[in-house]
Amino acid sequence: MASVAEDRPADSMMEGSTPEAVVVRFAGDSGDGMQLTGGQFTLSTALAGNDLATFPDFPAEIRAPQGTLFGVSAFQINFGSTAIETAGDAPDVLVAMNPAALKTNLAALKPGGLIIADTGEFNRRNLDKAKYDASPLEDGSLAKWDVLAFDISALTVEAVKPFGLGNKEALRCKNMWTLGLALWMFDRPRDPIYNWLRGKFAKSPELADANIAALDAGHAYGETAELAGPLKKLHIDPVESEPGLYRTITGAEAVSLGLVAGAQLARLPMFFGGYPITPASAILHNLVKMKEFGVTTFQAEDEIAAICSAIGASYAGQLGVTSSSGPGIALKGEAMGLAIMTELPLVIVNSQRGGPSTGLPTKTEQSDLYQAVFGRNGDAPMPVIAARSPADAFECAVEACRIATQYMTPVMLLTDGYIGNAAEPWKVPDPADFAPFPVSFLQEKNHGDQLLPFARDEKGARPWVKPGTPGLMHRIGGIEKNPGTGNIDYSPEAHQTMTEARRDKVLGVANSIPDQEVCLGEASGRMAVVGWGSTFGPIHQAVRRARRRGVDVAHIHIRHIWPLPKNLGELLKGYDHVLVPEMNTGQLKTVLRDQYLVDAKPLNKVSGQPFTIAEIEAAIEGALA
Amino acid sequence: MNEMTKIETTLKDWESDQEVRWCPGCGDYAILKAVQRTLPQIGADPANTVFVSGIGCSSRFPYYIESYGFHTIHGRAPAFATGIKLANPELDVWLVTGDGDGMSIGGNHTMHLLRRNLNCQIMLFNNEIYGLTKGQYSPTSRVGTTSPSTPMGSVDRPLSPCAFALGVNARFVARAFDVSKNLPEVLKAAHAHKGAAFVEIFQNCIVYNKDVFNDFAAPKGAEDQQLWLEDGQPMVFAKGARGIALDLDTLSLKVVDVVDGDWQGAGVLVHNVTNRAIAHMLVEMPFGPFPMALGVLYDDPRPTFEESVLEQNARAAEGKELDLARLLAKGQTWTVEG
Ligand code: SF4
Repeated sequence: MASVAEDRPADSMMEGSTPEAVVVRFAGDSGDGMQLTGGQFTLSTALAGNDLATFPDFPAEIRAPQGTLFGVSAFQINFGSTAIETAGDAPDVLVAMNPAALKTNLAALKPGGLIIADTGEFNRRNLDKAKYDASPLEDGSLAKWDVLAFDISALTVEAVKPFGLGNKEALRCKNMWTLGLALWMFDRPRDPIYNWLRGKFAKSPELADANIAALDAGHAYGETAELAGPLKKLHIDPVESEPGLYRTITGAEAVSLGLVAGAQLARLPMFFGGYPITPASAILHNLVKMKEFGVTTFQAEDEIAAICSAIGASYAGQLGVTSSSGPGIALKGEAMGLAIMTELPLVIVNSQRGGPSTGLPTKTEQSDLYQAVFGRNGDAPMPVIAARSPADAFECAVEACRIATQYMTPVMLLTDGYIGNAAEPWKVPDPADFAPFPVSFLQEKNHGDQLLPFARDEKGARPWVKPGTPGLMHRIGGIEKNPGTGNIDYSPEAHQTMTEARRDKVLGVANSIPDQEVCLGEASGRMAVVGWGSTFGPIHQAVRRARRRGVDVAHIHIRHIWPLPKNLGELLKGYDHVLVPEMNTGQLKTVLRDQYLVDAKPLNKVSGQPFTIAEIEAAIEGALA
Repeated sequence: MNEMTKIETTLKDWESDQEVRWCPGCGDYAILKAVQRTLPQIGADPANTVFVSGIGCSSRFPYYIESYGFHTIHGRAPAFATGIKLANPELDVWLVTGDGDGMSIGGNHTMHLLRRNLNCQIMLFNNEIYGLTKGQYSPTSRVGTTSPSTPMGSVDRPLSPCAFALGVNARFVARAFDVSKNLPEVLKAAHAHKGAAFVEIFQNCIVYNKDVFNDFAAPKGAEDQQLWLEDGQPMVFAKGARGIALDLDTLSLKVVDVVDGDWQGAGVLVHNVTNRAIAHMLVEMPFGPFPMALGVLYDDPRPTFEESVLEQNARAAEGKELDLARLLAKGQTWTVEG
């Protein structure tokens, strides 16, 4: 979200010639390159100065059988001239590259919306695979919508004929033809795409040329088709944004950059131990390209080794980081306990996905809050931060590094599959705007001629002692220890004292975080809608719409899940109703009830799809009715 | 091993102030002393030495050595060691593990540390039993071991840690036992090897698996069952009266008599520490018909994991300037004018 125009409406609308926002969904077979099409359309939209949010939605299978319903891959983008915070409830335009794509995405399309379909793919075989008896393009079942159906396949093959590609390769250019048409529709320049294609196909220029020809053909088709039919050229004005340098960023990129920035601010080299898992792997893939910033990456043999190696690196004086998704985080639990017990800094990134077990690997959910806050054996307190959007993930990652190194504790950073994959414009921050938090290692004995590795500073943090430091040899481990020397100590007093010290240290993190603010509305009133993580967008828009209708409702978004901001309890008591929308069965709701005895009411969705604005709006209305 | 400045220390300098808490008579005491004797001999620096362990009786080891020590979680010591070495390759890292810790719950990590060839010493105390949890059979227990979890005797077949190590591509494999006077020499050789050096140490758990190694490791009288291997020396044992030869018909090892010291005449093999095939045969020799192969069985260094990783890091960073602002602004950008 790039805009400062916070209080203007951002509803999608096609009526009128210059709508403020438009939602387009590209849907096709997973082999059709819809994610690439979406990604490039996003880039050109960002370059045109619109605010935007995207929602890539792809199947769990790597190569699902062609034409099947479960093989459909979709990419939705909401863009406009005002602040955009969600990928949009209902698309205005649906590009359906085959019958399966039409079938699986039609329900979402806004009444009166536009369907662009490739008739070349609406043959008997594909209709059967999509379980259509008759072609929906011909049986009148699409009467609610405008339909623009033409043979994109044939037009593409025709356009790339001069390049001598085989039929299969020629058809692969379909996505560029479609992109060309979309670029024409929304008045976007083609140059950035040309550049991207030339770079991508640097080794086979004929493919670059063919794709460019397809792109141009799609664009030219728009020009001619405009003369008749429902296709209209739409111009979306640039959003009013804070001046500055912008780029688009996905959550996975933002987390990676934030971790690198955080390590730099701590003046530490960074060690990243990871194991392949969807959707967290993208962070590893990004970090391997940043080695010049003192980043060492290690693909471990399993999730456990990934976190243990990161703790080992922290022990040796680097900033250890590990990342995973729910199932992998579960495996790391015991090692997190050790990091808590030995009080070593560590950042654990959890890109949440639908669970339990393998669950929904490619779908989003925010159901690991309990796991993050409570999910370890023993009294094992750990700070937890949640990012709300791709751009926000950068600051959250920096914050995780700060807390980990300043408090000598593991910290969990929660994102989710949606944040990780989605892109949005990001005002590139100036690293100089972040206050550094340089780490200092203990160099000499800290208690006369004695070393006390577990003596605490005013924050409750112990000193960081690097092996290799002369004269400071000592032993640490997972067994309960003496509060000062750290030597094994099973005594009742030692365990009582140390358990409380670990708890107080983590609760004390609340002293270093900002008070909870109300991000929209008043600091007391009839209702607060309280959210965390990637539900920020739909909640914010829903609250905004309700307020426009005069409803007394506020939006509170919590970044620091544990410890919670110190004023949050008082703040929540100022509202008659507290509604907590979450993509789980009510986890933050439970924590709020437990911590503050407030009558927080849940609003839950666990379908693997983000909330729509309308769903939350309806819940607000319902609760206040 | 590390190329390090040699430091003068004595055995005493390596004793921590912590009370040693193994059962009286446990083989761990002898190993502790042997290590404390070895460290001054190799000129190790306590400040630069890290002992890393998992969970089990053996894993208490780091507490008793006056160096840096990290007592981690069950089976995972190799993973911690990997992070430590990648973060600071200058540190001299010793891993202490057992048959349960290193071959059962942590078998996966032991495997990967060895195949990656992380530069450290791994001491696996093999007592063929779970001691700390009160005597259950372990992955190295012999078939028929009765224990609280196998009252009728264990039925699963054991593994040989050294055979495992060779199988996963370890470049240094050695074997010794707790009270052996040769243990420091074996440890020195392990330390001198650059890369992962795997040492299996038979250790007497006098409480739960007493004297199971006595046939070859009894303090006295079992010497004839020990085949101490030395690079370039003939494989003879039993005071030179017997030797190991290669049976060319079956391509397997056999025991031969050596008459009047004429080991050549008897066809006794000369030990070559870089001969991987023979090393495999030596660790597979069934004890009883054959003696127990001890000492350095295999030693053939390769580039270490951390060297290769850090070399790549350096190459990736070459010529790149450390400009965070530039990194953040990577890719296609646009400017909104004020
Ligand atoms: S249980 Fe066995 S291995 Fe453990 S300390 Fe006692 S004797 Fe030693």
